Amino acid sequence: MPTYIKLTQDGLTTVEDPFTFVADDDQYIPPGDVILSLARFQTDGERLLSEGRAVGVRVTADETVESLAYDLPRLSVVALEFPKFRDGRQYSNGRLLRERYGYEGEVRAVGDVLREQAQFMLRCGIDAFEPADGSTPEAWAHAAGRFRHVYQRAADERVPAFVLRAERQ
Amino acid sequence: MYRYDTIDKEFVADRANEFREQVGRRLAGEITEEQFKPIRLMNGLYLQLHAYMLRISIPYGTLNAAKLRKLAWIAKTYDRGYGHFTTRTNLQLHWIKLKDAPDILEHLAEVEMHAMQTSGNCIRNITADPYAGATSDELDDPRVWSEAIRQWATLHPEFSFLPRKFKIAVSASAKDRTATRIYDIGLAMRRGRNGELGFEVMVGGGLGRTPYLSHTIREFLPTRRLLSYLEAILRVYNRHGRRDNPWKARIKILVNQLGAEEFARQVEEEWAKSDHELVDLPDIELARIRGHFAKSFETLPARSEAFEAAKAADPEFARWTRHNLHPHKAPGYAIVDVSLKTPGLTPGDASSEQMELVADLAERYSLDEARVNYQQNLILPHVKLEDVPAVWRELKAAGLATPNIDLVTDIIACPGLDYCTLANARAIPIAQQIAERFADDEKAEEIGELKIKISGCINACGHHHVGHIGILGVDKKGEEFYQVTLGGSGAEDAALGTILGPALPYEKVAEAVEQLVEVYLRERKDGERFLDTFRRTGVAPFKEAVYADVH
Repeated sequence: MPTYIKLTQDGLTTVEDPFTFVADDDQYIPPGDVILSLARFQTDGERLLSEGRAVGVRVTADETVESLAYDLPRLSVVALEFPKFRDGRQYSNGRLLRERYGYEGEVRAVGDVLREQAQFMLRCGIDAFEPADGSTPEAWAHAAGRFRHVYQRAADERVPAFVLRAERQ
Repeated sequence: MYRYDTIDKEFVADRANEFREQVGRRLAGEITEEQFKPIRLMNGLYLQLHAYMLRISIPYGTLNAAKLRKLAWIAKTYDRGYGHFTTRTNLQLHWIKLKDAPDILEHLAEVEMHAMQTSGNCIRNITADPYAGATSDELDDPRVWSEAIRQWATLHPEFSFLPRKFKIAVSASAKDRTATRIYDIGLAMRRGRNGELGFEVMVGGGLGRTPYLSHTIREFLPTRRLLSYLEAILRVYNRHGRRDNPWKARIKILVNQLGAEEFARQVEEEWAKSDHELVDLPDIELARIRGHFAKSFETLPARSEAFEAAKAADPEFARWTRHNLHPHKAPGYAIVDVSLKTPGLTPGDASSEQMELVADLAERYSLDEARVNYQQNLILPHVKLEDVPAVWRELKAAGLATPNIDLVTDIIACPGLDYCTLANARAIPIAQQIAERFADDEKAEEIGELKIKISGCINACGHHHVGHIGILGVDKKGEEFYQVTLGGSGAEDAALGTILGPALPYEKVAEAVEQLVEVYLRERKDGERFLDTFRRTGVAPFKEAVYADVH
């Protein structure tokens, strides 16, 4: 079974991936838990959920999470696809999922996912990663933990500098 | 000036450590140049024609003696003993070795400086009025808000991979000394009807190959709501700005495609959905930042006899005071502009020795402050009138007392083809040739305010679109040609220039500028600047003069 990195109670660890990604042109949908494209979810999602499967949706950078708003409580995973390292649209999608829609399932980064993005991703509410650069959980945690401070609130629990300063006074 | 606390210090230290590790991986061959490129760009390190160029951030152009001395020392130790101040008030060092870059970042951190976000598709260094805290016409100190933005924008998790670079300028006076209308976001402070302070928010300005002046999307934003509103603008841009074509990726394209009204509506809608209290700084933090910029001035008479006597005794000094001195809010003080535009030399360049001298003068005479402005000059913002003659003598001895602020020889130029891989043509030698033709101080003074701006390519780092005379280098079948525009302005009367006519060959440019000036001197009516005359007469008489021999 393929693996990926996930933020758990024990920190970032390698876990097995129970989900199979079903491409849009795949006629056959395998048994078990699946991740579908947004379009495929809109046609087949209802049926698959009623079969008792766990279902996730893979959102491309051109798509917005607003289109998923009503379905979020039923989704186990939202996979955000990074077409290129430097395409930053999914950071907005990540924050909206957590901060505006209160989504509590897994938000997974897939595509061109490199360790240099680790801190940004975690801060935007992404808690699972399929690194394209072969990063280990340790390398990922190291990259994510380089900065002792942050200057702004985001989708994570980190306390920004201006709050720490006010508390110290 | 703002001083780092423990948090800020640990932040830049962490950044330097991160970069040391990344450079180590690159030098060991663990990552390719292609993979390394976005990483080095996040730290202001470009690969140019000859070597690496390091762009050091000077937040809102504010320096003190320790910072300026450190920049001088870095230039001497790791470069060729000089640096180039840019139109974004940063300092560029053009001859850096990759292996030295992590050490340089560490030295910068010692004096509370960094090179973060001076390149890459993120929120770049914030620009503010260079006379902040010194000029009497400001509603508030724009540096307070600039520092708030700087911190908010630093490694912003959502906005570090924008469609394209993003620049913000803050002004708090009616007179626009920061060119706010050509910025991605320009913030101009206004006083509301009830006396409350707020910002006029202008979005979508920019030069480059599709120049636009910005649109006002909100007339009045209460100052305390600044950051949450910026976050809404950036979110709309990050999600909807074009990413398929880097030439169409700036926010100006999005604003103009949607229309300013529709863009404003989307921003307002996004802003209405967000929890402002989570983003905006609490009063206690704003007060802490504000405290860093408070300055107390001595009570002095408005007139200094020593200063008046020096002016009467020395016409050269008197001329310099007419152009390089500006009124200060405190009686008995002046703002001193230090020109980095000596005719014949490279605009914006300063040697390590010159930087050290300005550092000494800042410490002794200007309450330990110096500034950089977008015209690529330095400023001593708080000099007592009685000290001005001594300051002038020392500047003069170091070749820094050219009396030409806002005059024909105070030329903005990008590094051009001499350094930059993007350039089509040289900019620096053109600036030098023009300046040499007007090197006579008396002649320059007679011509009066005339802003010449030169870019070596369409990216417009030299702001040619908003020059009273703008000069753009283009490549025609491997030869350098220059397109001339007239009537642009980056100030409160902002406008984009009009094309004069067909592009001119390299040898013809300085002569053409001289011809344009002659037309102005002939046509001008009482008190008109070059820009005023051009706006009255239109392009025709100027065109006729420059292209006469072609007919």
